[in-house]
Amino acid sequence: MALQASKIQVGDTHTQKLTDDLSRTQIVQYAGASGDYNPLHSDEIFTTKVAGYPTVFAHGMLTMGMTGRMVTDYVGDGRLTAYGVRFTRQVWPGDALTATATVDAVREENGQSLVDLSVSTVNQDGDVVVMGKATARIDP
Amino acid sequence: MAAKKFPIEAGHIMMFARAVGDPNPIYHDADAAADTEPGSVIAPPTFYQSSAQYDPDYFLRPKIGEPWFGSGKNPTGIPPKRTGGDGGTGLHAEQRFEYFRHVSPGETLTIKTRPGKTWERQGKRGGNLTFSENITEYFDESGELVVRATGVGVRTEKVVESD
Repeated sequence: MALQASKIQVGDTHTQKLTDDLSRTQIVQYAGASGDYNPLHSDEIFTTKVAGYPTVFAHGMLTMGMTGRMVTDYVGDGRLTAYGVRFTRQVWPGDALTATATVDAVREENGQSLVDLSVSTVNQDGDVVVMGKATARIDP
Repeated sequence: MAAKKFPIEAGHIMMFARAVGDPNPIYHDADAAADTEPGSVIAPPTFYQSSAQYDPDYFLRPKIGEPWFGSGKNPTGIPPKRTGGDGGTGLHAEQRFEYFRHVSPGETLTIKTRPGKTWERQGKRGGNLTFSENITEYFDESGELVVRATGVGVRTEKVVESD
């Protein structure tokens, strides 16, 4: 079901839990599906001994993809016209992530109703890991 | 460098949706998808990034018969590949997609890439930061632009600590 302009207001929010305990296996799954095999995401020896990080961490694009589920669940299938985020903090195995969309504007462009959303995902400490914007076509 | 052709495949979409934890049937069930507004399986919003699978030179995939900088039993000592835009100890800073249409399995997209802006900023924890944009445009078989992806990489002078 797509959103309806007549039924949403600026300031409305939609929140979804994305994971309670991000697994190393899901990060590997994302490496395989996306084709990004950077060892920083799966190779503990390389990441700690060579690159100097405490442990492996998620691809930013995995967090963006997981957050995208929250956005498309909210606006409906095939409705997105724009989606962008900044990666503000690393996501580590074991993190719990929660994503929220907030309605910034409901507007019309060339006869098409659109919603502009602010999007952010936070970890278990409330720290923002990605933040950005999305725009979607909605029903009148 | 990037893939020139990106065949959109149902199995690839299914695996990608699983990886991002999205159980929506529109990404794996053609019958269920037929009853949705798009009318078929479509690609999830960030799927386009996986066109890297079709880039023969993609630097973050091990190549058969070539040395790989990730470890085996021990670190290999092979210098890390350069990441995050145009080189250095890099990370992905930002990613934006503009969708003109959502694509379905069976289509083959043609890809064009070009560099975007470059700028510098003094970081709090990472020393001097250099940002660079890379713009990837995906065209369908009739030459229509379907998706524009803009990635921003950031290079830092030292490893960024996580607090």
